[in-house]
Amino acid sequence: MRRDSNFFILVGSIGLFVCVNIVLMVSKKLPFNSQGFGIILAAGLTLAIYSFLYQDNPAFKIAENLYVGVSLGYTIIITWFNFLKPDLYDPLIVPIFSRAATQSPQYGLIIPSLLGTFMLLRFSRKLSWLSRWTFAFVVGLGAGVSIPRVISAYILEQIKPSLHPVFSGGETVLSSINTLLIMLGVISVLIYFIFSVEHKGAIGKVSKIGIWFLMISFGASFGYTVMGRLSLLIGRIQFLLRDWLGILQ
Amino acid sequence: MEKLIRVDSRIIFAIITVAVVVSLVLRFELPIPASEPVQGVYEKIESLPKGAHVMIAFDYEPSSKEELQPMAIAFLHHCFSRDLKVIGMTHYPGAPGLAEQAMTSVASQYQKKNGEDYVFLGYKPGSTSLIINMGENLYTAYPKDFYGNDTTTLPALQGVESLRNIDFLFDLAAGSTIESWIVFGKEKYKFDLGAGCTAVIGPDMYPFLQSKQLVGLLGGLKGAAEYEALVNKKASAVSGMRPQSVVHVIIILFVIFGNVVYFTTRRARHA
Repeated sequence: MRRDSNFFILVGSIGLFVCVNIVLMVSKKLPFNSQGFGIILAAGLTLAIYSFLYQDNPAFKIAENLYVGVSLGYTIIITWFNFLKPDLYDPLIVPIFSRAATQSPQYGLIIPSLLGTFMLLRFSRKLSWLSRWTFAFVVGLGAGVSIPRVISAYILEQIKPSLHPVFSGGETVLSSINTLLIMLGVISVLIYFIFSVEHKGAIGKVSKIGIWFLMISFGASFGYTVMGRLSLLIGRIQFLLRDWLGILQ
Repeated sequence: MEKLIRVDSRIIFAIITVAVVVSLVLRFELPIPASEPVQGVYEKIESLPKGAHVMIAFDYEPSSKEELQPMAIAFLHHCFSRDLKVIGMTHYPGAPGLAEQAMTSVASQYQKKNGEDYVFLGYKPGSTSLIINMGENLYTAYPKDFYGNDTTTLPALQGVESLRNIDFLFDLAAGSTIESWIVFGKEKYKFDLGAGCTAVIGPDMYPFLQSKQLVGLLGGLKGAAEYEALVNKKASAVSGMRPQSVVHVIIILFVIFGNVVYFTTRRARHA
């Protein structure tokens, strides 16, 4: 009985969606061309995805799988035309095999191409050891490039404002209070994360202040997350009301 | 009371949806004052001379379009209205369609020409290594633009050899690219960096404002709305502030109501 009612809700919703689109096209609110059908498709997929909020259903599953497939296909095409073709195929493969090519092959590209191909050999039991060369290259290069830059940008540059004088002239009272709060926050949170000392007495009190700072920070992050998720909903409803139904200008 | 605490979540979804629809349909004005981080990006653009090079990294995909596309459009309006040369690029394979749409639609409103006044370099993988490559030589990183034109011949790129010659870089980020630009770009090649990001990663970016590694920050739809208001191009972000404010009030009421119900039922159980 429950399954039957869900089936009728699904069929009824699809029927209603089709009727609404017919009315929109007949009343010329939606153009009878590829743009109009594109808007209908986007509206249908938006509603199908949001239908999950009521219950999991076949329309949601179709939209979800379609999203995965389309985004993967799109990524492959963009990667080919933006990267593989201009940076590898055209300068290396074309000059080797085409007599009409005007430039000589860039043989230096063979080494990175081989390293990239070795990554894919992880799927082969016999040849997967070759992928270690690529990983060794990536890890070695990555660590070498990253370590000095990360220390400079994340630690040294971040310490500077923490060591800013509370009052060196020119600051307002509020900015001095901000500097004091930052100092208190940094010290108390750092003390909270010292686990080799028991959190009792003065250490315990300061680490409790650290917990408060952490909680406020988590609350701010959560507030921003709510705002972000809501923005996505607002954007989709704006699309449905403006582009699809033509209610908003 | 017990029933209230186990209310069907679908009722809350329905209330939120109705609140968004009603506050979008009913038109009422809300003040949108610009915050200091948003003002920072605006003033940086205002300070640039005509013909200065601004690079925009469209580092987002359709899943973050609702927050970042209005930012991109408002920022492009500002750049083109001040006759700046705009260079677009992206680290995300899903971004070229959105970036190209934003650049061409805004550029056409100011009669700006592709290749002369702006250029879209397109997508390249590599993330940090791409940034380093662009920092050493822009033309080896991008020998061709998105449309297949030879980048060395484009007038919009005249005077630009690498990231060192960029007057301002603005990253529209849905992921960790702002950190990558700071660590591997700004710190090494010494250009001014601003950012617009989704609300979710907004709080993580504030330390970089404090340390002045970012000159300004647009956080979420609110940041986009503030920028739209600053450049006087009020569009979807500004109109999105009505439902945003209304629903935030509703959520706050839900939180207070949920806590009151919870503590009342707990007291009743212990009594």
